[in-house]
Amino acid sequence: MRQGVSVWQAVGLIVRRSLRQHAVSTAITAASVALAGGLVFAVFSIKRQAYEAFTGGATGFDAVLGARGSQLQLVLNTVFHLETSPGNLPWTMYQQIAKDPRVARAIPYAVGDNYRGFRIVGTTPELFQAAGDARGRPLAVGQGGRFFEASGRDAVIGSVVARRAGLRVGSTFHPYHGVVFSERMQHQEEYTVVGVLQPSNTPADRVVWIPIDGVFRMSGHVLRGSGQEFTPQGGQEIPDEHKEVSAVMLKLKSPQAGFALEQTINKQGKVATLAWPIGRVMAELFDKIGWVNRVLALVAYLVVVVAAGAILASIYNSINERRRDIAILRALGARRRIVFLSIVLEAGVIAAIGSLLGFVVYAAILGVAAVIVRVQTGVVLDVWRLHPVFVLAPMGMTLLGALAGIVPAIKAYRTDVAEALAPLS
Amino acid sequence: MPVLEIADLTKQFVAPDGSITRVLDVPQFSLGEGEQVALEGASGSGKTTLLHVIAGILQADGGSVSIGGRQMLSLTEPKRDWLRASSIGYVFQTFNLLQGYTALENVLLAMAFGRGIDASLARSLLKRVGLADRMAYRPRQLSVGQQQRVAVARALANRPRLVLADEPTGNLDARHASEVLELIRSICREHHAALLLVSHDREMLKRFDRVVPLAQLNRALAPAVKEPQR
Repeated sequence: MRQGVSVWQAVGLIVRRSLRQHAVSTAITAASVALAGGLVFAVFSIKRQAYEAFTGGATGFDAVLGARGSQLQLVLNTVFHLETSPGNLPWTMYQQIAKDPRVARAIPYAVGDNYRGFRIVGTTPELFQAAGDARGRPLAVGQGGRFFEASGRDAVIGSVVARRAGLRVGSTFHPYHGVVFSERMQHQEEYTVVGVLQPSNTPADRVVWIPIDGVFRMSGHVLRGSGQEFTPQGGQEIPDEHKEVSAVMLKLKSPQAGFALEQTINKQGKVATLAWPIGRVMAELFDKIGWVNRVLALVAYLVVVVAAGAILASIYNSINERRRDIAILRALGARRRIVFLSIVLEAGVIAAIGSLLGFVVYAAILGVAAVIVRVQTGVVLDVWRLHPVFVLAPMGMTLLGALAGIVPAIKAYRTDVAEALAPLS
Repeated sequence: MPVLEIADLTKQFVAPDGSITRVLDVPQFSLGEGEQVALEGASGSGKTTLLHVIAGILQADGGSVSIGGRQMLSLTEPKRDWLRASSIGYVFQTFNLLQGYTALENVLLAMAFGRGIDASLARSLLKRVGLADRMAYRPRQLSVGQQQRVAVARALANRPRLVLADEPTGNLDARHASEVLELIRSICREHHAALLLVSHDREMLKRFDRVVPLAQLNRALAPAVKEPQR
């Protein structure tokens, strides 16, 4: 057999045996690398997925029209069902924008109630044709369910609501006033669940959808669409001038329409705000909080450096007890560079093993994070979603681990063979 | 051509207090192909230092050591390592086996740095030393006699032209010592390797036709032996 090949076989054997001989320290060091790796994977994956989920906009819509105020607040309130509504718009404005030739579709939202903390959104049945799930497919109700009619006390609920609130088709419930749940704020009206949305992996999973007319007529609600207070009476038609909406979800016919409407509404008008495009509004938020990501990444990098330090310390401390083995190898003819290479390779292998175990840590972190994010925002984080960091980080960490092995390798390289063999020879 | 040829070999150590102790001063020594010679020397007579210098583990201060015609002292360290691995087998008094490796792996590793791994040869060597059923054992699972047998097999792993044995029976009882010595001698004969063995055990030395007192060979020992200080 060729000598060169044999040397590599020997190096492989030396590394394997060394890892086994120092199994406990190898396991502990690899575990610290795994924690670091898992953290790096999680930081980058969550960052990417959160960015995509929050800047991807609402499936089916390009813009949101709402009361004069913050575009971010408007988007958070209508797309992610977070925050409070910045205010209301008169129904006539909804009618006006719906008729605008640049607008393909306009869906009104009326918010302000909840069921056990889950937002109730009053809207029209057209929503279910307009909105889609995370993959862009139309929303669908589960078996035995249906979408609601324009009026009546029917409700369609998201899958998270159904699971966490214990509601199903046929269940009845009373809405509560406000966006924060309080037992004392119960409305008199009783709604019946007529459909449970199939999981859409969007914030819609955390929403209770009812006809917008139901919100207008909810006990205790006062309409101010005309500027004067109006309390709807049962069985009585509500004049359009009294109606009001929290926001209007818009599908535009072209990007040019967005530019034009933004000019008209945001720069020339004083009544309403157009959040367009939705993704850009959220991207600006991410830009503002970009420092958080950078700090998190820095922490992750520091943990990686600490893990590399652990590799260095672990192997360095073991070199003294290995001196005799190193001397024997040298006496057998192993060159100094073989000894050096073995130590560097061992450090690299520990880092590589740790990096692979890091995927287990990552899965655990993302498993917990995904539950929290889904419950809080409805956004679903996918553990299996690929990210370049899954390849680059293990490569980088293995390289860093190997570099960390250089210091102990130098110590091993300098082993005085005669001196190390002397006491017993 | 002699397998080993030494001329004007000197080696000295500098003590921590700065004093210089010369431990080797060998004007001339040679060992023919397949020859078996015993060096008789007491503890501290510089015999390990001499073997280390011959093997290229220690660098001499002057003179020459020729292994099969190649000047060990003029080679770079990597070339000395290669010459040691490929041409010299070394049997240590304390065996110096790698504890984390099996008997077979100890032999294979020696091959790896020499002429290349030859698993069938490694197995046949271990069979030859009576360890056919102990190849997968680690040193601490073997008796001391068996451990020295592994060391003998390892020393022959690269079919060396020269085998150096440093008190190879020093840690064995009389029965095992005799067995191991005979094993070393016979296996060296089988492989046509020259043997240079150092010992202070007169019973062992009696087995050799040529016994060279180290005090006669090493002028540094006259008039008084000085312990090497490193």
